[in-house]
Amino acid sequence: MSNKIKPKRRDFLFTATYTIGAVGLGAAIWPLVDQMNPDSSVKALSTTEVDISTVEPGKTITVLWRGKPIFIRRRTKKEIEEAAKVDLKDLKDPEKDSDRAKNPEWLVMVGVCTHLGCVPLGDKGDYNAWFCPCHGSHYDTSGRIRKGPAPTNLEIPKYEFVNNNIIKIG
Amino acid sequence: MSENKYIPKTKLAKWFDSRLPLLSLSHHLKEYPTPKNLNYWWTFGGILTFCLITQIITGVILGMHYVAHTDHAFESIEHIMRDVNYGWLLRYVHANGASMFFLAVYIHIFRGLFYGSYKAPREVIWIIGVIIYLLMMATAFMGYVLPWGQMSFWGATVITNLFSAIPLVGESITTWLWGGYAVDNPTLTRFYALHYLLPFLIFGLIILHIWALHVPGNNNPTGIDVKKNSNETMPFHPYMVMKDITALLVFIIIFFWFVFFAPNALGHPDNYIEANPLVTPTHIVPEWYLLPFYAILRAIPSKLGGVIFMFAAIFVLVLLPWLDTSKVRSSTFRPLYRKFFWVLVVTVILLGYLGAKPPEGIYLVLSRIATAYYFIHFLILLPVLGRYEKTDPLPMSISDPVLDKPGLIDKFKKAAGQYEGDNVGSFK
Repeated sequence: MSNKIKPKRRDFLFTATYTIGAVGLGAAIWPLVDQMNPDSSVKALSTTEVDISTVEPGKTITVLWRGKPIFIRRRTKKEIEEAAKVDLKDLKDPEKDSDRAKNPEWLVMVGVCTHLGCVPLGDKGDYNAWFCPCHGSHYDTSGRIRKGPAPTNLEIPKYEFVNNNIIKIG
Repeated sequence: MSENKYIPKTKLAKWFDSRLPLLSLSHHLKEYPTPKNLNYWWTFGGILTFCLITQIITGVILGMHYVAHTDHAFESIEHIMRDVNYGWLLRYVHANGASMFFLAVYIHIFRGLFYGSYKAPREVIWIIGVIIYLLMMATAFMGYVLPWGQMSFWGATVITNLFSAIPLVGESITTWLWGGYAVDNPTLTRFYALHYLLPFLIFGLIILHIWALHVPGNNNPTGIDVKKNSNETMPFHPYMVMKDITALLVFIIIFFWFVFFAPNALGHPDNYIEANPLVTPTHIVPEWYLLPFYAILRAIPSKLGGVIFMFAAIFVLVLLPWLDTSKVRSSTFRPLYRKFFWVLVVTVILLGYLGAKPPEGIYLVLSRIATAYYFIHFLILLPVLGRYEKTDPLPMSISDPVLDKPGLIDKFKKAAGQYEGDNVGSFK
């Protein structure tokens, strides 16, 4: 007797039925999974406009965008110089300051620590910029991670200057 | 005491039992043979069942008054505390009940570790237990989010952000979990739904846990096999039931001491401040029962690494029955393991303490040492001890350690004689 059993017509029908069944089941499960993703009303709140005319140099305002705080900082000359002169080799997540701030005077970033999502405190830490109190991450005047467990720099959201006084985030 | 088969006494009972053997089941639960030497550490199974039922009853009632919406959740908790009749009592029982549940489960787990209850043939009971423990942590975490205080919000933020450490898909997973781009109303409503669901899954798993227990029967303080159909066992009812109730009463006294005299001692005052997504509290701590794992998370200086080690600390328990290669179950007869067991207990308590401290200086150094030791215990010490430890001789039966003490049998016979005359039967 040979070891090779010839597949019968019925085996083919079983396999085909199971396959179609598995695809159908997968298709049925997808809506159950996808309903948890951001819904249309959440996505609709994806842009916000901010008036920055009253912000003095050396001050930060915090606005809420998509449920997250956004830091808008009008940096001082000293802060801009400090951020620009850092050697990229010293950075955990190397990024030039000029790539992070379209207009060097204004730094716009998501105020959420890239470690586990706390809000960093301003004018604190080893670089006198941002410091996350939860697990001790220090960020510099460009919002770049310098020390601590956070893996990446503070995120820069999509934004544009509508005119000299208005920033549109998102 | 052997377990005899259920014989229906009436025609109706016979008719019913042959269609759905519920009467046979209740007969089995009553007559289930338990080793006669079980000590009070064995009463925590019953205590835990009590805890789960208490949580389900108080939880369902709280659900009648709570509103799962970011605009109303915090307010509705205050409404429960101030306006609902006995709302304060129900909420304090539920909140402290969670802590007592974990207190009992930790004792239950360490009892299993001390007496080797996870070893063959009880591996499946143990693994189901670890899954129950995981579900308990998930349930407690989501329950803590519902009052929508500062600790609720930021605890939820930190814990859900753990998943963002997963390479490539991490961000999509956190967005999916949140139903948005941060912890917000969609997160709160789904946590409420799941917090309601999971206890019933735990209930189902507890049935499997007990079912799996009833196949080989209980382990016991000597760790040696009990001879079934002998005088080494006693029926569960009334002997173990009474012992369980005695322990439960003591447990309830401690439980309600917290409820009535220190209801907020185990909580965090910041959770009486409404959630604010713009301000992180200066010091985020989880509930006390999660602190050892939080310490492990923070001890590792890498985001992904911390998350991996934290989950590994729980997963290693699943492998425990195969990591501990010693054939002797009970620590009573393992002089070296017994010492390391207590070092592990101290390490876990130390990790709990460190989890509540800021992750800097000496605290960070100690967390790293304790984390390393935790894994060394399970991954190195246990396999090595199983091979090289010289264990003490095991008794022939569970009665021996009691009755082999010199003079004891005569003393026992004399005491029994006072009540029943000299005609007392053999004790072995």
